[in-house]
Amino acid sequence: MKLPRWFHLFGSPPFVYRLAGTLTPWLGIVACTLLIVGAYMGLAVVPPDAVQGEVYRILYIHPQTAYVSMMAYVVMAITAGIGYIWRIKLAHAVAVSAAPIGASFTFAALVSGSLWGRPTWGTYWEWGDPRIMFETLLLFLFLSYLALRAAFEDRDKADRVSAILAVVGVVNVPIIHYSVLWWNTLHQGPTISKLGSPSMATEFLIPFLIMVAGFTFCFYWLLLSRLKAEIVERERDTRWLQDALQGGRS
Amino acid sequence: MSELLSMGGEGAYVWPAYGITLAVIIFNVWAARRKLANALNDARRSTAAEQPRSQPKVRQLQ
Amino acid sequence: MKRAFLAILQRDLQIAFRRVSEIANPLLFFIIVASLFPLAVSPDPEHLRSIGSGVLWVVALLSSLLALEGLFRADAEDGSLEQLMLSPVPLGVAVLAKVSAHWLVTIVPLVVLTPALALSFSLPVGVLPVMAFALLLATPTLSVLVALGAALTLSLRRGGAIVGLLVLPLTAPLLIFGTRAIDLALYGESAVAPLYLLAALAALAVSLGPVAIAAALRVGVE
Repeated sequence: MKLPRWFHLFGSPPFVYRLAGTLTPWLGIVACTLLIVGAYMGLAVVPPDAVQGEVYRILYIHPQTAYVSMMAYVVMAITAGIGYIWRIKLAHAVAVSAAPIGASFTFAALVSGSLWGRPTWGTYWEWGDPRIMFETLLLFLFLSYLALRAAFEDRDKADRVSAILAVVGVVNVPIIHYSVLWWNTLHQGPTISKLGSPSMATEFLIPFLIMVAGFTFCFYWLLLSRLKAEIVERERDTRWLQDALQGGRS
Repeated sequence: MSELLSMGGEGAYVWPAYGITLAVIIFNVWAARRKLANALNDARRSTAAEQPRSQPKVRQLQ
Repeated sequence: MKRAFLAILQRDLQIAFRRVSEIANPLLFFIIVASLFPLAVSPDPEHLRSIGSGVLWVVALLSSLLALEGLFRADAEDGSLEQLMLSPVPLGVAVLAKVSAHWLVTIVPLVVLTPALALSFSLPVGVLPVMAFALLLATPTLSVLVALGAALTLSLRRGGAIVGLLVLPLTAPLLIFGTRAIDLALYGESAVAPLYLLAALAALAVSLGPVAIAAALRVGVE
C-alpha cells in the first residue's frame, strides 16, 4: 500500500520530536489562558445556582476532567492499535504517554465528583451509580495497562502486549457508557447533546465550554510534553539524537 | 474575599475540588519535565561513554 | 476446520480429566470462599439474601481466574503451543477449542453448584433459574477474558500475579448485567433485558476474543 508522505513524516521520531517542541509552548499558553479565564468566571463571575447553591461550581471542572479521561483512553487505544497493526514505534510512544495523564485525570474526576456528591446528595461515594463505576473502571483500565507494561523488560513486547489490552479495553468503554442510559440513580441525564439544545442557561454555558476547550488543550499540551521525553528515551542511541545533543540543541 | 473562600460553607468542597485538579495538572507538567531531563542526561551519558577518554596528564619529573 | 476444533477440544478434555485436581480445585475454592462470607459477615438470613447474589458472582469470577490462569502455560512449556501455531489450523480456532474445553470442565460444574450455594444464602427458589441462566451466559465471556489475561502474561515468569489486575476490570459489564438480572428476579420482574445483554456480550467475546488471544499468544511465544 503506497502511503502518503505525511504518514511517513508522522512516523519519524525526529520530525515529531521537533514538531512537539514547537507546539507545546503554544498549547500550554492557550490551555492555561482558557483554564484561568474559565475558572475565574466559574468561581467569581457566575451567580450561585438556585437549587445547588455554590457547590455546583464544580460543574466547571468535574465533567471536563471526566471527558478528558475518556478521550485519553480512546487516544491511547487508537494509537496503540495503530502501533500494533502497522508496527509504528512512535504510535506506541504516544499511547504510553497518554496513559499516566489519563489515569491522573480520571483520579481528578473521581475526587471532584465525590466532593460534589457529598453536599448535593449526602454521600461521598455511591457504588451503585453507573458513572462513578465507569470512572473507577476507567482508572483500573489505565492502571492495568501501566502494570502490564511494567512487567515486561522487552519494550517491544511490552508495546504489543499492552496494545492488545488497550484495544480490548476500549471495546468495554461504550458498553459501560450505555449502562447510564438504562440505569437512573444519582446522575442527571446528559446536559449537552449534539441533537438537542443544551439545557443550561447561556451564562452558565459559556464558562462550561471554555473549560471544555481549556482542558482539551491541556491534555494535548501534557501529552506532547510527555511524548518528547518518551521519544528521547526510546531513541537514546540513535544517530539523529546524538547529533542533536552534540549540536547543543535539546 | 473571605466570602469567596467560604462560599456559604460550601467552599470546603469547591476549593479542594479545584485545588486537586490543579495539582494533577501541575504534577503532569513536572513529571514530563523530569522525564525529559532524565532522558536527555541518560542520552548524553551514553554518548560520553562511547567517546575516547582524553589522554591522562603526565606528571613532569622534577 | 470443524474437525480440527473437535480434535483439539477432545484432546484438552482428555488431558483435563487426567488431572482431576485441576478440575476440583476451583470448585472447592468456590465452595469454601462462598462459605466464608456467612462466617465473616453475619449468618442472618436477611443479610445473606441481600449480599448473596453479589458474593456468588464475585466468587465465581475469582474461581474462573484460578481455573484458567494457567491455561496456556503447560502447552507453552512443552512446545506444543508452538506446534499449534505452525499447524495449518487457524490459531483462533485452536484457542476457542482450548477455552471451550476448559469452560466445559471447570466452569459448567461451578454453574451447576451455584443454585445449591444460592439456597444456602437464603435466596428464594424462584431466583435460581435466572441465576443459573445468567451465569451460563456470562461464563463464556468470563472464560475468554481470563484466557486473554493468561495469554497476555504468558511470557512473564510471575504472570499469574497480574492476570487478575488485567482481567477483573474488563469483567465489570458482566457483573453489572448479571447482578441486575438477579435483582430483577428478586423483585419478581422480568430479567430478560440483562440476560439478552449477557448473551450479546457472550457472542461478542466468543467471536472476537480468540483473535485477540491468538495475537497475544504470538507475542508471548516469540
